[in-house]
Amino acid sequence: MNSVDYLQLLKLAAPETIVVVAALGVLFADLGVMRSESRQSRLLIAGAISALACFAAWMWIIFTPVHASVLNGVWVVDPLTQIIKQVILVLTLLTAAISINSTFTDHVGEYTALVLLATAGMMFMVSSEDILMIFVSLELTSLCLYALTAFNKRQPASAEAALKYFLYGSMAAAFTLFGLSLLYGLSGSSNLTTIARSLAGRGMDPMLAVALVMTVIGLGFKVAAVPFHLWAPDAYQGAPTPAAALIASGSKVASFYLFAKVMMVGFAGAEGSGAWGGFSPGWTPVIATLAVFSMVLGNLAAIAQRSVRRLLAYSAISHAGYMLLALLALAEPAHRQQAMAALVFYAATYGLTTVGAFAVVSVIAQGENRDDFGAFAGLSRRAPVLALCLMVFFLSLAGIPPLAGFFGKFYVFTVATGLGSSSFSLLWLVIFAIAMSAVSLYYYLQVLKQAYVVSAPDGTAALPLALSDRITLISVAIGVVILGVVPNVLLGPLQAAVEATLK
Amino acid sequence: MLAWTIYSSLIGVGVLMALPVGNARAARQVALACASLGLALGLASALQFRPEAGTLEIVNTSWIPALGIQYHLGADGISMTLVVLTGIAAVAGILFSWNIEHRAKEFFAFYLALIAGVYGVFLSLDAFLFFVFYELAIIPKYFLIAIWGSTRREYGAMKLALYSFVGSAMVLVGLIAAYVISGAHSFDLVALAKVHFPEGFQYWAFPLVFVGFAILAGLWPFHTWAPTGHVAAPTAASMLLAGVVMKLGAYGALRVAMSLFPQGLRAWQGEFVSLAVIGIVYGAMVALVQKDFKFVIGYSSVSHMGFVLLGLVSLHEIGLSGAVLQMFSHGIIAGLLFAVVGRMVYDRTHTRELAVLQGMGLNQVMPFAAVTFIVASLASMGLPGFSGFVAELSVLIGAWHAYPTAAVVAGIGVVIGVAYLLRVLQMAFFSDAPPRPTEDTAHPMEPITVPERLGAMLLIGATLIIGLCPQLLLNLITPSWQGPLFDQLRKEAGF
Repeated sequence: MNSVDYLQLLKLAAPETIVVVAALGVLFADLGVMRSESRQSRLLIAGAISALACFAAWMWIIFTPVHASVLNGVWVVDPLTQIIKQVILVLTLLTAAISINSTFTDHVGEYTALVLLATAGMMFMVSSEDILMIFVSLELTSLCLYALTAFNKRQPASAEAALKYFLYGSMAAAFTLFGLSLLYGLSGSSNLTTIARSLAGRGMDPMLAVALVMTVIGLGFKVAAVPFHLWAPDAYQGAPTPAAALIASGSKVASFYLFAKVMMVGFAGAEGSGAWGGFSPGWTPVIATLAVFSMVLGNLAAIAQRSVRRLLAYSAISHAGYMLLALLALAEPAHRQQAMAALVFYAATYGLTTVGAFAVVSVIAQGENRDDFGAFAGLSRRAPVLALCLMVFFLSLAGIPPLAGFFGKFYVFTVATGLGSSSFSLLWLVIFAIAMSAVSLYYYLQVLKQAYVVSAPDGTAALPLALSDRITLISVAIGVVILGVVPNVLLGPLQAAVEATLK
Repeated sequence: MLAWTIYSSLIGVGVLMALPVGNARAARQVALACASLGLALGLASALQFRPEAGTLEIVNTSWIPALGIQYHLGADGISMTLVVLTGIAAVAGILFSWNIEHRAKEFFAFYLALIAGVYGVFLSLDAFLFFVFYELAIIPKYFLIAIWGSTRREYGAMKLALYSFVGSAMVLVGLIAAYVISGAHSFDLVALAKVHFPEGFQYWAFPLVFVGFAILAGLWPFHTWAPTGHVAAPTAASMLLAGVVMKLGAYGALRVAMSLFPQGLRAWQGEFVSLAVIGIVYGAMVALVQKDFKFVIGYSSVSHMGFVLLGLVSLHEIGLSGAVLQMFSHGIIAGLLFAVVGRMVYDRTHTRELAVLQGMGLNQVMPFAAVTFIVASLASMGLPGFSGFVAELSVLIGAWHAYPTAAVVAGIGVVIGVAYLLRVLQMAFFSDAPPRPTEDTAHPMEPITVPERLGAMLLIGATLIIGLCPQLLLNLITPSWQGPLFDQLRKEAGF
């Protein structure tokens, strides 16, 4: 192994370094200097530092385009990972912005530091192609998120959710570790590309099948795909809302990219086939199964929900199903670039929309102390801006044009249909997905009906909307509209990056 | 210029959202200004339009190059006809909702958003763009009905939204499959219409896309959203629903399903002719026994839209032109009927029960409403001199060429149409029953207002002009069949 150029490594990892330093800085500032200040000003300072750090890291990425791989794939920076990191940073920035007005904790420094460390973990996750590093970054992210989930100490539900999340998560991590160690044992390497090369031509023997399924279990847990989704509704409902937003957005984006990378690179040559009536073993039939179950269960269970956060959790599960569809399309080298662009576009717009949706829920839950449908009644008159933003986010999640969610879905469906061109091998899944997304309109409209149609009970006061929340919400809503009307804003750079990265 | 019909409506939405709450007067005026501008632009373009010169290109720029999607707006005679219809219906609808005070600003914002979507659909020449506008129209419909509607409004609104969304999901599957199989890397409708899709593909894609669109056009047996939706909707929304939204479905069926997959249509022609004829007769027969005034009109819409579908699937030039003419004609007449029932009668009597109306002697109380309704019924029956006559006659001629039996049965539908219209006319306005003294005598009914008169004049004028001089529209419509969009359809139909 050749020696490491630490200076170069530092330069490549500068965005992550900025985020980690900011995490330590926030801790230091909050615990050392700001102890006596009011919670509000501490939150403001902490939020400002983390937003500044995310912004600085974002700008760094924009102005230093690099394409390098050090230590044999332990650390890979290319145009695609840079775009995904930008997305993660923007989502964290928004999470920090919606935390400013929260009241759930007095441990501001610890909370903010955990958010930033989780973000660093996500960025590491995106950048590594080495199974050891992948596992470490997965754990870094997960442990921060478990702790964040438990952060609302006044609510027993928060602790319960965190415990569930933690127990499921550590179990899933154990599976992943087992799967990855089997992979290492089979191939003698920890690098994804080398693993795929030494597994090539091996066929689906039982050992590889076990390794595959174990790995999928761990990653499926991270993206909340059925049947590894059971933690999601509780975590989304129990966690403090900004933490739930981070779990649902940034962590989702990073995990999906990791999932895609492990399948596409690590299990290259073991694709199998998920075509209707023509299944052959490999990772595509496994993912296809997860996708079908996620879409069905997510959408049908969401109909029965009365808590909007739980509804968002089930909707997240169904969206994971759609994204798995894009992941499936990666199996075919000819369509890889389009499929990757579709996956990242979908994940990014979904993340943005979800942060917005959680921001709305956060404002309402704080004003009303509950998040069931009744809390949303008459919102259009109590807080017109909030209601309008809610409408934008929910319609985007439902896939109504001209919002971002519509084009995301359209792109994924088109790419997945185009697979294997004339044979339409995945068309059955696409038809399924489209049918399920028709179902989803129902439950999104149920919430919007509360906001716009039902009137608030007499004597309900107008809902105040803090300035910072107002700015965040409006900018996210504008972003969702712009990404829907001119998707090329993101899609153009994304395609260039994908072309430069996946040859 | 024509693209500004869309933009002016969207700008109107923005202006309305910026207006202060509670200023209903300003909201009405903004909405009327935007809608009138749209109508003026539509009329001016239609007058200038030279159909022989082919499709009018409005905009064509790259939008999403990754999928070869263009922002492509254009118009041929058919879209021109429907743009004018949309303008008339939009203006009339606003005139008939002049009395809306409850959340007026939001009402007109949703209303104009719906109008923008409708204009967009009629002007799109890119399948993706078409679909975007088509879906854009779904959500405003939901809110218009759910917030301002009457009988079972939330149920009716959700039913309509879900039916539309399921329909567009079917269309989406077909569109994506067509895009992939064409290999043209383009959603341009003209380009796709040139592609010769494999027959096996057309055989399943055509019914999928056609039914997807025709759900919105009230194709039997998927029509059940229509009566409930129309009845639940506020007057202006039912005027738009029957007047233009149902046309979106028919237009989509023609522009996408039929022009892309004509062989599929040939294969399924018998089935769809039967469904259209069943719709005509069934809608009319159900209308005959309704107790609720508005349900009569709701079912009559199903019946009349059956003529549109029959004309389309007749695959005969006269029938096709008749179908487009019927879209225009029904849009105007249904608007007028709903205006009388919803605004003039229901807003004043607060009932739509025919049995109750029978005792009110409405021909004495509101002669203007009675006269308007007589004119509208005559037009709806297809009396010569009104647009309905030319349209339904052409459809029947077209159908005769394809399936003579269908034409005969559809003719029976026309006769039943006369029956149910005479029945409601008699029950609602000219009942012999002596007027029962009601406790409301202390509150005389509000007289018919000026906006209502203007709206009624506009609609009556439109149906009369087209009835007396159908060439005005036929000169626009007929040359359109020679356009590049219909190359394959023409070949399949043999004209």
